[in-house]
Amino acid sequence: MCQCQEAATSVEENFEYEKVESLLQDYLDKKGVMVPILQAIQEEFGYLPRPALEYVAKRLRIPVSKVFGVATFYAQFHLEPRGENIIRLCRGTACHVRGVAKVADKMQEHLGVDVGGTTPDMKFTYEEVACIGACGLAPVMMINDRTFGKLEPDKLKGILEQF
Amino acid sequence: MYEKQILICAGTGCISSGAYEVKEALDNELQKNNMEDKVRVILSGCHGFCEKGPLLIVYPEDIFYCEVTGEDMPELVEQHLVNGNIVERLLYKDPNTEQIVSNHEEILFYSKQKRLVLRNCGVIDPENIDEYIIRGGYQGLKNALDKDPSEVVEMIKNSGLRGRGGAGFPAGMKWEFAYRSQGDKKYVVCNADEGDPGAFMDRSTLEGDPHAVLEGIMIAGKAIGSDEAYIYVRAEYPLAIKRLRTAIAQAEEYGLIGENILNSGFNYKVNIKEGAGAFVCGEETALLASIEGERGMPRPRPPFPAVKGLWGKPTCINNVETLANVPLIMRKGVKWFTSVGTEGSKGTKIFALTGKVNNTGLCEVPMGITLREVVFDIGGGIRGGKKYKAVQIGGPSGGCIPESLLDLPIDFDSLTQAGAMMGSGGLVAMDEETCMVDLARYFLSFTQNESCGKCTPCREGTKRMLEILERITEGKGEAEDISRLEKIAVTVKDSSLCGLGQTAPNPILTTLRYFRDEYEAHIYDRRCPAGMCKELLSYYIDPEICNGCRACTKVCPVEAITGEKKEPHVIDEEKCIACGACLDRCKFGAVKTK
Ligand SMILES: Cc1cc2nc3c(=O)[nH]c(=O)nc-3n(C[C@H](O)[C@H](O)[C@H](O)COP(=O)(O)O)c2cc1C
Ligand code: FES
Repeated sequence: MCQCQEAATSVEENFEYEKVESLLQDYLDKKGVMVPILQAIQEEFGYLPRPALEYVAKRLRIPVSKVFGVATFYAQFHLEPRGENIIRLCRGTACHVRGVAKVADKMQEHLGVDVGGTTPDMKFTYEEVACIGACGLAPVMMINDRTFGKLEPDKLKGILEQF
Repeated sequence: MYEKQILICAGTGCISSGAYEVKEALDNELQKNNMEDKVRVILSGCHGFCEKGPLLIVYPEDIFYCEVTGEDMPELVEQHLVNGNIVERLLYKDPNTEQIVSNHEEILFYSKQKRLVLRNCGVIDPENIDEYIIRGGYQGLKNALDKDPSEVVEMIKNSGLRGRGGAGFPAGMKWEFAYRSQGDKKYVVCNADEGDPGAFMDRSTLEGDPHAVLEGIMIAGKAIGSDEAYIYVRAEYPLAIKRLRTAIAQAEEYGLIGENILNSGFNYKVNIKEGAGAFVCGEETALLASIEGERGMPRPRPPFPAVKGLWGKPTCINNVETLANVPLIMRKGVKWFTSVGTEGSKGTKIFALTGKVNNTGLCEVPMGITLREVVFDIGGGIRGGKKYKAVQIGGPSGGCIPESLLDLPIDFDSLTQAGAMMGSGGLVAMDEETCMVDLARYFLSFTQNESCGKCTPCREGTKRMLEILERITEGKGEAEDISRLEKIAVTVKDSSLCGLGQTAPNPILTTLRYFRDEYEAHIYDRRCPAGMCKELLSYYIDPEICNGCRACTKVCPVEAITGEKKEPHVIDEEKCIACGACLDRCKFGAVKTK
């Protein structure tokens, strides 16, 4: 038998639905709010928990698939929990031309995870983005809101140790 | 009254190089010397010269210091501010002539520029509306409010202003369509998605002079009869978003946004939408879908947004830089604007100059300037004395332009003729060590990844082209691959739904046009002339240089390197997997590639 109905309406016991509900308050009667709602949930939880998405669908009276469709379209959204610190290494053109590939190799070596992965201690999540907009300092990465420029493979260790 | 003003650049580049630490140290030093009420310290927007940041300028004498640190501040305060001696070691040194330059207008990076749109960037405090107003800000809006909307449209049409977001569509024509469209509600949308990976003009404009963009938006609003705007900004630009929010709040406080602006009966509301990281959302119809909260997928045009846009209402979409030009045209007039530029491309264009040049950063140049002037004068030539090869202009939609076309004037039409396009304004310089096939592969991997998947030519075509390019760079290219690439490229170009697919083949087509020999070297000789494609390199140790320190033997994962201690080593080519670990490791430069 089809289970999706059940899955979509199932209730996760320990999930803080109130938090989602209070986030929704700002958006309920407005249009074009799907992306901002997801941004707000991610801001709160650090990622998009499945129960939250199901709850949003229910409250907005739209199919869960639609919510997932938006959540998976944009690079910004994450369906898995993420580490304490988010590393975003730039793979933009300027950084590419100035040799970010070597920095990326070294990064994987240091963290022991691939792009998109989180270290087992939940300390770092390693992502790649296309251009941070600080191309003058290529190669560049951001850790949380801080930008680090003119990267070299040997500089990584010192930077990571600051976190 | 302050005797001196010190500007510290607080653009993203300089902040990451430590601008805030410099400000803190400077404030401390001034306090120690009881100079706080004589010297005013201002955090400004981007000066464009990010490479040399943090930058610090002392006025009124206009002394330009670069790469300053917090530790330099005691000396700077004591020597310059107290004793009146310039601190020479912190001045800019020309990379080619080694000459020391103290005044920033004498630096070639600046002297060749024509900073109209960026006139306030790096000069004013972007978080203070008064500074914008003192420099003529909101005068253009006032002029527009005194006019009939059709007159405003006419002025922009006559100015010849073309869209700076990529395609170069005449802004006045777009405004006229939106003006003519019937609707109870109309929108202006400012496209600040800046998806080109290697460009940051819009970011710097928003960070350094947010009011100019707001003013442009409202003039557009007046012209087309709209009362509400959306600015769609990438979420990767937190500082730009913050400064925009501040600017909107200040303009509201001054009655420049809101109801009955300047007693003209004109009402305006400005919203900010944060983009969520998808390149295709820079495309106008996808952007609208994204604002509406949907997946950001493009739709066929017509109907054009000017007729049926945001929530079905007539919408005028313009790029940040396009809109930032508008207040100037309204204030200084059409004649003034058209005096700069070429026949078909009026005004200036901002470029993000990056890559292998000495001076990377943001520059605004008159249309019609040659590539040579941009790369060799403003950019200061290629770093490390390497040989110039090409520039890539226009990002993933643009193309590569070879050395033989260095004297090409930069304007919309001549770039298109050369197979590239103005695009957003990314300009990446490359030297002999950049492999053009690898560059094409790089751009294709970007567009393939960002293709939204809605139309087949783009979804499948980019994937197939990428596969071919990957195998060529891995040394597995086949003789027919070049003709296969050409065939797919033309098909994708002709039949894709939106601009992403229609322009995605450009990097391939231009590199094939100008650098076909590099493709052939990869395929037939299994050789990468630039020495970049790892799998095609063979490594050897120069016995003249190697001193037998054994460092390389320890990093080689396949034990391909042998030799006695203190004797030159050798690499067994049979065993070598060309990982490059030994090359990175060798401190003496004895490991080489051929
Ligand atoms: C794939 C794709 C990405 C685009 N990205 C941007 C962008 O990041 N910023 C921008 O202003 N225009 C971008 N454009 C162009 C817009 O569709 C639109 O033409 C532009 O915003 C119109 O403004 P303008 O006439 O002032 O240039 C993109 C187009 C395509 C096809
Ligand atoms: S390309 Fe890396 S910051 Fe722009």
